[in-house]
Amino acid sequence: MGDSVSVLNDSLQKVFPDLSVAVEYGEVTLQLAPEQLLTVCKTLRDSGEFAFEQLLDLCVVDYLHYGRNEWNTTKVTASGFSRGVHAQSTGRLKFGVEYDDEAEVQRFAVVYHLLSYRHNRRLRLEVFVQDQQLPVVPSVINLWPSADWYEREAFDLFGVLFEGHPDLRRLLTDYGFIGHPFRKDFPLIGNVEMRYDPEKKRVVYEPVSIEPRVLVPKVIRQDNRYAGKDPEEVKDA
Amino acid sequence: MPEIRNYTMNFGPQHPAAHGVLRLVLEMDGEVITRADPHIGLLHRATEKLAESKPYNQSIGYMDRLDYVSMMCNEHGYVLAIEKLLDIDIPERAKYIRVMFDEITRILNHLLWLGAHALDVGAMSMFLYCFREREDLMDCYEAVSGARLHATYYRPGGVARDLPDTMPQYQASRWKSQAEIDRLNEQRQGGLLDFIERFIEKFPTKVDEYETLLTDNRIWKQRTVGIGVVSPEQAMAWGFTGPMLRGSGVEWDLRKKQPYEVYREMDFDIPVGVNGDCYDRYLVRVEEMRQSTRIIRQCVDWLRENPGPVLIADHKVTPPSRVEMKADMEALIHHFKLFTEGYCLPEGKVYAAVEHPKGEFGAYLVSDGANKPYRLKIRAPGFAHLSALDHMVRGHMLADVVAILGTQDIVFGEVDR
Repeated sequence: MGDSVSVLNDSLQKVFPDLSVAVEYGEVTLQLAPEQLLTVCKTLRDSGEFAFEQLLDLCVVDYLHYGRNEWNTTKVTASGFSRGVHAQSTGRLKFGVEYDDEAEVQRFAVVYHLLSYRHNRRLRLEVFVQDQQLPVVPSVINLWPSADWYEREAFDLFGVLFEGHPDLRRLLTDYGFIGHPFRKDFPLIGNVEMRYDPEKKRVVYEPVSIEPRVLVPKVIRQDNRYAGKDPEEVKDA
Repeated sequence: MPEIRNYTMNFGPQHPAAHGVLRLVLEMDGEVITRADPHIGLLHRATEKLAESKPYNQSIGYMDRLDYVSMMCNEHGYVLAIEKLLDIDIPERAKYIRVMFDEITRILNHLLWLGAHALDVGAMSMFLYCFREREDLMDCYEAVSGARLHATYYRPGGVARDLPDTMPQYQASRWKSQAEIDRLNEQRQGGLLDFIERFIEKFPTKVDEYETLLTDNRIWKQRTVGIGVVSPEQAMAWGFTGPMLRGSGVEWDLRKKQPYEVYREMDFDIPVGVNGDCYDRYLVRVEEMRQSTRIIRQCVDWLRENPGPVLIADHKVTPPSRVEMKADMEALIHHFKLFTEGYCLPEGKVYAAVEHPKGEFGAYLVSDGANKPYRLKIRAPGFAHLSALDHMVRGHMLADVVAILGTQDIVFGEVDR
């Protein structure tokens, strides 16, 4: 696999000199802008050098809370376990409470995993969405039909719109669901709960009554074993 | 000229052949399907989001519950991704144990698939025979992890514990006589490896029995030959992997092409179909069961000869032994930190995939250096297969929908996640 990765890396840099290619853990990632996506993908699928016949996976990553540390023990208090914990992860969000998140963060990245059967190679494409309020990315459904449900799922869970998708309905959530549940600002406990109301003789939705409960805070430790370790070196291990 | 009427028909979510909770809206022209619109998500539990709020090890149990008929293979994909980010190599014995249990899981999965598929198509007795053999394999799960289904046996750094020297025995009860219990316990003498060896000794003849019932069966062939034909190009474009892809004649198996663990050392063949119809996929899966038996045999032989550790000794990732903890302060601290906070992964993103019984099961893991995944995306093979159902059933009769659903080997735990 090691040789194949560097071959792919070289040919990507040759064919797309203005795109950034990264190799981490033996995996090649190509970063590109939404408007380049369709032309690049067409080349990747059709040129014999790449021949990525299959779109294996498509998903969205919401980078809103990336790198946030919940456990800060700089100040000493005597109030027990919650010492130093700043409720900042999605599991701790409460219903109806507004959190002021910086909107400038480049939040949404659409990630494509491609597989070439001919060359036995994988490639990851990363597309950062420009407009965070109305994230739009062109649909690759005409290149790889398997994108159909993956894009519907991504739209459902993250609210990313895929331009050119013929049938961009919700896929996994309930009929009539409001919101995009996998976004980092959507609480883990959800917003509504459902029960059968015997008086109205139908199912009713109400605001959630459960409390958010995350037992282990999110901690980022500076681990010296990884410090200064170049991901390039890791790949051949 | 009779008046032609079009129907819209709801199939499921309570239909026994819907393999769980599939709601399928079928647009019919007489008895021919013009469009199928699967509505999924009835089993959506947001596994990926739940994983974001838990330390890495606590999500292993969720992986079992994705594809709940091939539990350990799901764990394998997730654990491999963590190990790739941590950059650790696991002990050789753990690799063999994992490969052995991956193949046991493959047989488990294919047995359920064969039983359920045959039952859907009308062969009732297959279901009973398949479940008889599944029972023995569940016992292997139980012996090694204590649970018959949701094992949580694979851990980053190896497997939870070594193979046991004794099998769990049946206990006397008011329902079973002593003579019956002795008979049941007779094949449970010795360790797990003896039990598995006895199983793989007799299993190929059981597969022969299944084949006697189905392979040349007239009704079975009428229901499967030429149904749901998929060309190799279509299979790739629709995102098919695993037996669905191999049934169409594409020679592709991650165990051979991108070997992980010790598959490189294993001697086995990859069956490939010719026509890409339901019958070929049936033949592929049946042959895979035979090949899995071969792999298990090689693993059993190796494991007998080579005792050793099954978990790495790096106590930043794996817990120290109870005995160590009693006397060693550092071991106690490691234990405490590991179970209250977990371990942090270096910042980065990885994708790790295994050849799951249903296809390629992948885990895409984004870490921001914390003790929890920043984002985890599960690439479930069944999701891609089901998304192509519309293309596969168009122009077929209503009864063929059941055969095609069966051949896709759909399990909603992984489709909905």
